[in-house]
Amino acid sequence: MNNGDPIIHVRDLRKVYVTGKVSVEALRGVNLDVPAGEFLSIVGPSGSGKSTLFHIVGGLTPPTSGEVVVAGHNVSGVGDAGRTELRRKYVSFVFQKFNLLPNLSARDNIRTALYISGQPTDPFSGELNNVLSMLGIAGRLDHKPSEMSGGEQQRVAIARALATRPAILLADEPTGNLDTANSLAVLKILRDLNERLGQTILMITHNTEAAEYGHRIVHMRDGLIVDA
Amino acid sequence: MIFKLVLENVRHRPVRTLLSILLIAVPVTLILTIIGLSIGFFEDSRKRSGGVGADILVKPPSANAITFSAVTMPAKIIDVLLTQPHVVQAMGTVVNPTSGFLEALNGIDPAAFDKMSGGFVYDQGHGLQGPDDIVLDSWYAAQHHLRAGGTINLSNKDWHIAGIVQPGKLGHMFVPIKTLQEMVGASGHVSQVFVKLDDPANTTAVVAALKAKFDNYPIYSMEELQSLLSVDNIPVLKTFINVIIGLAVLIGFAVVSLSMYMAVLQRTREIGILKSLGATKAFVMGIILAEAFCLGLGGTVLGILLSYASRLAIQAFMPQAIVYSWWPIAGGIAMGASLLGALYPGMMAVRQDPIEALAYE
Repeated sequence: MNNGDPIIHVRDLRKVYVTGKVSVEALRGVNLDVPAGEFLSIVGPSGSGKSTLFHIVGGLTPPTSGEVVVAGHNVSGVGDAGRTELRRKYVSFVFQKFNLLPNLSARDNIRTALYISGQPTDPFSGELNNVLSMLGIAGRLDHKPSEMSGGEQQRVAIARALATRPAILLADEPTGNLDTANSLAVLKILRDLNERLGQTILMITHNTEAAEYGHRIVHMRDGLIVDA
Repeated sequence: MIFKLVLENVRHRPVRTLLSILLIAVPVTLILTIIGLSIGFFEDSRKRSGGVGADILVKPPSANAITFSAVTMPAKIIDVLLTQPHVVQAMGTVVNPTSGFLEALNGIDPAAFDKMSGGFVYDQGHGLQGPDDIVLDSWYAAQHHLRAGGTINLSNKDWHIAGIVQPGKLGHMFVPIKTLQEMVGASGHVSQVFVKLDDPANTTAVVAALKAKFDNYPIYSMEELQSLLSVDNIPVLKTFINVIIGLAVLIGFAVVSLSMYMAVLQRTREIGILKSLGATKAFVMGIILAEAFCLGLGGTVLGILLSYASRLAIQAFMPQAIVYSWWPIAGGIAMGASLLGALYPGMMAVRQDPIEALAYE
């Protein structure tokens, strides 16, 4: 990847889901460039294709056709192993439902992500400790998800996502399960992380107020980007 | 980290974990008990046959060397045997199975028996004196809570317990040979003849000479007889043990397969999370197999402990050995079955679509 190249480059991306004899075209030729360091919000109603775009960029599902380059790696033609490598090395996720491993403490959730990405699990790096302080969860690391509030769980999920220093942080409705106060806190954290660490963030949401925290808002409808 | 993940998974569902371990332990215990009983029985038999003090055993034609048999031979053979070179003593006994499991009354001539074996060592009472006297070894007496001076009904006859002796000589129960011969309608007949030589070094030559003279009579040196007292020489027992092992593999496989299948279903979302973090197929499979390994290991340890409990329960009927050399074998069978049983659930986990797994409620 050359300096100045977008960290996410999507051209004519199409995705068709086939269920029995029924085909559903979820993406119908999406084009998108995201420069490194950008905080991009993708907004759209249910069924607009934003989650499908998110899943393809994150390597959770393959595209039907089109070109997808993430952090310099063309992932449109790779198989399951290639997408697994993308998830392990270049992208991290923050989900609406937090998706922490329920049996493990916050610390072990973070260590699991580090272990899977092949990075040292102990001790945490100074950079990671700074992130934990920023997120305000440094004192909550020995608690399990069931012992934390939703806001705390989402901050642990963000810490886990950032621990592996991914090129791109993908956030899927990160405030969808939080109350207003915690939603605002999480959105501010994401913006702070973007500003202070230069972390590229792609956030999908149906909430236009949340989308305002991004540098740029992209609207999707019926499997297409309708404005940028 | 994998260890931590597996440990927390196992700890998180203690009832499922303990039930799985218990069910894996059952076949391990079953194997160790069956093996222990077989080897214990043969060890006991070897010890008792060695305690007779004979060098050669002569059985009636068509009789088996290592099983009880109603077949008898004329007691006159004893006189013929005594005329053979190097033979210094020949003693006939009658064996009659009782209703107990693998139990038999041994009809002996006390004087001849004492001369050949060196005599009993009495813990209580005295030797056979009257026709209704019985002498028991201390193992049998302890298992049946019997004492000298009491009575016991065996083969529909009340016996007076004359003495309790230390075990390790021929059998567990001894009665006068004439009484037993009359009871089984075999007066003047014996079930087997023990032969003592002037020098044990002559055994091979004398066995060969006796075989030449007494055609069709099974004749064994005591060394050979003891080597025959093993599981390998009883095809039915060997088959039985193999069937038990096969069942153990099947049970272990089914238990772990079901347990891990449930675990994979319950953890669909967690598997999706691991995949979203970039976990490879090998990593996910490794966790499933590691958990199965833990269950198999737990089942093996518990199975070994339960084999001691089964020994305590069975000791009253049969001697059961603790066969250490079978611990790794039974453990290997349990672990192998566990890992095999985890393969299909593991494949299910590996193949799960991460998006569907993350959406699983």
